[in-house]
Amino acid sequence: MTEITFEKITKHFDRVKVIQDLNLTVNKGEFFTFVGPSGCGKSTILNMLAGLEDVTSGTIFFDDMPVNDLSPKDRDVAMVFQSYALYPHMTVYDNIAFPLKMKKQQNVSLDTEVHRVASLLSLDDLLKRKPRELSGGQRQRVALGRAIIRKPKVFLMDEPLSNLDARLRVEMRAELKKLHNKLKITTIYVTHDQAEAMSLSDRIAVLYNGTIQQCGTPREVYIKPKNIMVAGFIGSPPMNFVPASVQKSAPLEVICNEMIFSPSIEILPENTNLVIGIRPEDVLISFEKSAGSIEVTVSLIESAGSFNWIDVMWHRIKVKGVSQIDERLQTGGTAFMKFPLDKVIIFDKETERRM
Amino acid sequence: MKKTGFYITLFIVCIYCIGPFLWQMISSVKPSSELTKLPPVLPHTLTFNHYISVFQGHPFGRIIANSFVVSMISTVFSLTFGSLSAFGLSKLNIKGKGLIFAFVLSISMFPPIATVSPLYLVIRALGLRDTWWALIITYTTFTLPMSIWILSSFFREIPDELYRAAKVDGCSAFQIFYKIFLPLAGPGIFATAILVFIFSWNEFLYALTFTSTTASRTIPVGIALFPGLHEMPWGDIAAASVVVTLPLIILVLIFQRRIIEGLAAGAIKG
Repeated sequence: MTEITFEKITKHFDRVKVIQDLNLTVNKGEFFTFVGPSGCGKSTILNMLAGLEDVTSGTIFFDDMPVNDLSPKDRDVAMVFQSYALYPHMTVYDNIAFPLKMKKQQNVSLDTEVHRVASLLSLDDLLKRKPRELSGGQRQRVALGRAIIRKPKVFLMDEPLSNLDARLRVEMRAELKKLHNKLKITTIYVTHDQAEAMSLSDRIAVLYNGTIQQCGTPREVYIKPKNIMVAGFIGSPPMNFVPASVQKSAPLEVICNEMIFSPSIEILPENTNLVIGIRPEDVLISFEKSAGSIEVTVSLIESAGSFNWIDVMWHRIKVKGVSQIDERLQTGGTAFMKFPLDKVIIFDKETERRM
Repeated sequence: MKKTGFYITLFIVCIYCIGPFLWQMISSVKPSSELTKLPPVLPHTLTFNHYISVFQGHPFGRIIANSFVVSMISTVFSLTFGSLSAFGLSKLNIKGKGLIFAFVLSISMFPPIATVSPLYLVIRALGLRDTWWALIITYTTFTLPMSIWILSSFFREIPDELYRAAKVDGCSAFQIFYKIFLPLAGPGIFATAILVFIFSWNEFLYALTFTSTTASRTIPVGIALFPGLHEMPWGDIAAASVVVTLPLIILVLIFQRRIIEGLAAGAIKG
């Protein structure tokens, strides 16, 4: 097991800054995920870890050893690529055996190792096939096999599930998790799919524009997002944002879309512009009026099976919420919305940070 | 109507392309007395005398061997250097790649006649006149741009992720080249090999300049030197041409699809 430390890592491509001042420690045996929209620099981080890209400045440590100047070969990392990158002219057997052959270890039996990995990933029957004769999920497993056979120090995964269909993706997600529990190899995972990041990782780092916006356990990032970017990115469907402002400074009164409430945050000057964030799953919409509910107009109903996602217009602002299955709720009709004020997250509109 | 037009055009094009070769074939089996008769139709009595006289009256076996060895070795050299440079230029991080490519292309734009005298001086200075090596070196240099361009377009089609995967799996750049890229670019290598071989097989100008005896004389020159002082042995020339063209035609027909694939890839991507 290896601990990975990034110390003041920056990466420029010509004059474009891709990664800025990255400082981070990934613990031994941890499943760590970089998540962010495309172009945020997450794949660059993986390539720097693998030794496929040089760092512009700063140092990467594997345990206490700086690895900046080591070639990929000497870093003892394995990588799974989005397109699987299987060698098309080799059989499954040869694909899996390839890294071990390159390593030229005398004391291990190649054949035993390949069969051990193949049975771990239930590929035994496919060993003689070529990659083009495999389904997406099978190719993915071969790619995993090729990565784990060498028992690398670090496991790097670059969006390994994004080429699979939705159902297979969920299945493989579970497989990956199981595999990690079994092998306990430090794993760095990169994805743009926040659900994948949440369900797989011990910790995640939300990356945007080359800087880490927030790093923590999935739960922490979900409950206490540091800024609007993180709040909007993590969670599905995405968080609702409603503009608000401070009406009275002491005692604090915030006016939000004609609703006035007093959140327990620091005292702010009057007229400070705020943004109120509330997760759709916390917004309850029902046909019947209840104490403290707000009247809204239903604009869209989406069924999620056991409940409905409902878009409503709260004055001129669209808010997404959940409702029970209720025939009386109709598009264009009236409904009542309610959300617990303690679940509301307040951001400063200027800095976009959470109060 | 449209279809008739298509077939008529097709027929004209075919005749235009195959016609000369057919004529040559017919001439090669005609008795000498009927050679100049028009139209060139098959004679009443076929003769194989021309074929016999090509091999008896001239050291034609040796000439074919020369051509074969020169073309083979040039092809091997051109592909070895060509595939290595193409791999480097298409997949490795090299500064000024575009410039190198342009430079390589510009080399192939020199008309051979412009380079023939300086090259002759070089060859003479190296003491390579009238040897296989004079031709092998020249053919290798002249076919290299073509090899590099065709092969690099093939290499470029192989995804970068394969290169990176192999690197992480512990390959050196050279191992990536011969374990992964070379096998995958098989059709391209093949098409390039045939094109280089045909170029070397048919080349005339350099062969004429650098060779002086049958020790290194190649087929095109050999045939060109058939005419004697007082006669033009059309029949022998025709027979010799057929003998040396047939293998090429058979080769090309067999591997037609691969060559087209290779050329098209070069044309679109180049």
